[in-house]
Amino acid sequence: MEELILEMSKIVRTFPGVKALNSVDFHLRKGTVHALMGENGAGKSTLMKCLVGINPPDSGEILFKSKKVTIPNPLTALRLGIAMIYQELNPVADRSVMENIWLGREPTFGKLGFFVNHRKMYEQTRELLADLALDLNPRQKVKELSIAKMQMIEIAKAVSFNADIVVMDEPTSALTPNEVDHLFSMIRKLKQRGVSIIYISHKMDEIFRIADEVTVLRDGNNVVTKPVAEMNIDSLISAMVGRNLTELFPKIECPIGDVRLEVQNLEVTGLLHDISFDLRRGEILGVSGLVGAGRTELMEALFGLRRKSSGRILLDGKPVHIDSPVDAIKAGMGFLTEDRRLTGIVPVLSVKINTVLAHLDSYSGALGFLQLRRMTKDCLEYKDRLSIKTPSIEALIQNLSGGNQQKVLVARWLLNNPDILILDEPTRGIDVGAKAEIHSIITKLASEGKSIIMVSSELPEIIGMSDRVMVVCQGRITAILDRKDLDQETIMRYATSINNHAA
Amino acid sequence: MSSTGSLKRLANKYTIFIVLFVMAGALSFLSPYFLTPQNLINVLITESGRGILAIGVAFAIISKGIDLSVGSIVSLTSVVAACLIQDPSYSARIFPGLPILPVFVPVFAGMTAGILIGSINGALIAYTAIPPFIATLGSMIVARGLGLILTNAYPVPMLRPEFKQIGQGSLGPIPFVVIIFILVAIVAYILLNNTKFGKNVYAIGGNINAARTSGIKVEKNLIFIYAFSGLCASIAGILITARAASGIATLGNNYELDAIAAATIGGTSHAGGIGTVPGIIAGILILGILNNGLLLLGISPYLQQVIKGVIIVVAVIFDMRKNAIRH
Repeated sequence: MEELILEMSKIVRTFPGVKALNSVDFHLRKGTVHALMGENGAGKSTLMKCLVGINPPDSGEILFKSKKVTIPNPLTALRLGIAMIYQELNPVADRSVMENIWLGREPTFGKLGFFVNHRKMYEQTRELLADLALDLNPRQKVKELSIAKMQMIEIAKAVSFNADIVVMDEPTSALTPNEVDHLFSMIRKLKQRGVSIIYISHKMDEIFRIADEVTVLRDGNNVVTKPVAEMNIDSLISAMVGRNLTELFPKIECPIGDVRLEVQNLEVTGLLHDISFDLRRGEILGVSGLVGAGRTELMEALFGLRRKSSGRILLDGKPVHIDSPVDAIKAGMGFLTEDRRLTGIVPVLSVKINTVLAHLDSYSGALGFLQLRRMTKDCLEYKDRLSIKTPSIEALIQNLSGGNQQKVLVARWLLNNPDILILDEPTRGIDVGAKAEIHSIITKLASEGKSIIMVSSELPEIIGMSDRVMVVCQGRITAILDRKDLDQETIMRYATSINNHAA
Repeated sequence: MSSTGSLKRLANKYTIFIVLFVMAGALSFLSPYFLTPQNLINVLITESGRGILAIGVAFAIISKGIDLSVGSIVSLTSVVAACLIQDPSYSARIFPGLPILPVFVPVFAGMTAGILIGSINGALIAYTAIPPFIATLGSMIVARGLGLILTNAYPVPMLRPEFKQIGQGSLGPIPFVVIIFILVAIVAYILLNNTKFGKNVYAIGGNINAARTSGIKVEKNLIFIYAFSGLCASIAGILITARAASGIATLGNNYELDAIAAATIGGTSHAGGIGTVPGIIAGILILGILNNGLLLLGISPYLQQVIKGVIIVVAVIFDMRKNAIRH
């Protein structure tokens, strides 16, 4: 076995009222990938923040290259050679690639260290990018790049620090399968150079593809540390949630009714072309495709958030005009958006207000006063129905875990009892336990006769949950597949099909 | 990228300068007096003080903050400097026993006052995490009060000629105030583009978390940013006082709004991380030419305010479109 480069022992970290880490041990071997897993709130990020100096531990010991170190701030960690790539990527969007890479340590003229040497910065960046085989212009503004490219810049930055340890926090949460492959080849390249990687992820298949060892945390405690080869999906899941999940995707086969929604020849100039499909009662229609294929744009067009240049939408056989979200809600549609934080929750408002936010009209009584008591009653009902874990419905939603925030948003869209529910990445960034709960909620809704469109980047989720799958590629539907024909290879083939034709 | 695309991008990048030239062109048609050297120099003299102010405020805005105290710093600097350089022949001096001091004394005293208040702004923002709007609102009121206390709200007249020379003298045809404005602009340009400090300002405004995790000392930089803004304000205060030949405790009232307006029109984004010195200068000149032009055309000064207000809002609407993240 390779030598240990990092040993963290008996790490304790408390936050007001919570013992986030309760004497946790963790180690990392040189040139390997060590996966760190656990549900949200298990302490993974806290442990890593102890390592990179954002939240130094209350007690415990960190041995780096067999020497005891204290890491009071991120700069110390970086100088030691410990870099972290954060889940919420951290670029300065309006600055160039090179300025982002050398942020805070720009090459300067002479010993004064005051005036920045742009030519040297450019040359160093070019060498660095060439070394990593990244085809990027050092002068390009970062905001013009895809999320995957931004991530590559973060990795390049870590390499430029000569980092021995790179921590990656959910690096693939916004990547397409191709981009994940590229990331993994990058990780292998780093391993060959002797760089060690701590890899935080919720995605099982990735762990088995890339990791050498795995450590599972639960509620701030160690559960297990083992070579990945000695684990399987079931043992990992039960280690994480502390119970056996009988099935990850608890799909109930239920009878599918007649056509409810029909979309005919829908066009959005420059984005979507000739989109036609139908959706039946009790059906879960999965929507798959690469990021940028137009999945979200299609959902936005359906929900009236995007102007349609042509095409018809029929509800129960009758044409309807949906030109705004108000029209869509009136027509009985609900839309759980892709980005919980950006377009979903209002962080500083209560769970209750977040629940009723889309339906304040229906709670307006005489003289326009809100019917607060009815609001509370409905909110409590959905809290129970969806088992939302919150100390009270008056608690601020920002204090809930991601999974529970998502459940509140599901409750929001169930409140006015929609017939058609559009779910865009309903389980992104939430832990395995909450994911299973959301899946069973979705299945239950379908069995009650609701029609569901579910967009997801995770193929196992799409395959596990959908009755049919619509594959989108470059703004067109390339296939609509029946449940019996679903497998990862087929979906991926259609998701990339137009590319292949062009090539 | 198609050629129309890159043309569009180019036009976007230089919108503000195109607007400036179009305005200047139109005015030179409408008023024969507009393009005369004397008129242009008058515009520059009038706008130099506010221009220096706008450059300082822009640093705060680029770092995703704001500095409301600069107008009050102008006032405070004005009376601090003036009361140290009153002519002994004047009987009602603030400090009756004061000997004749060399001219750099009031200049440095004024600049010290500006840097001091700016540093306090920066420290408040950096260490107490109160929003810059509130911190500088507080110091704006405090500085205004200090100026009034020092002078009992009376003007401070009869300044020595060597001090007045700063505001009224010139090098050949070019007044000192304009030269100082140009020097401040050059220093600010170099600071923003060629120093680590400048990169830090953009990074703090663009993404403060990125700045922190990259090891940038955010607190220290915030203090520098607001100290620089205070320094610029006090330089402007000295120039305006020397020109007016009198220290006045209400001299800079509402100047902060003009400065913020100029920086904003010049493309400095209140969302942080965006702004350039040439842009700010264009912003200041647009406001200056507008003032001057409307005056030459005999348009009511009250209507001028309406027009200025509309231009500020339109400028920001354009800017937000331009800076929207493209996918």
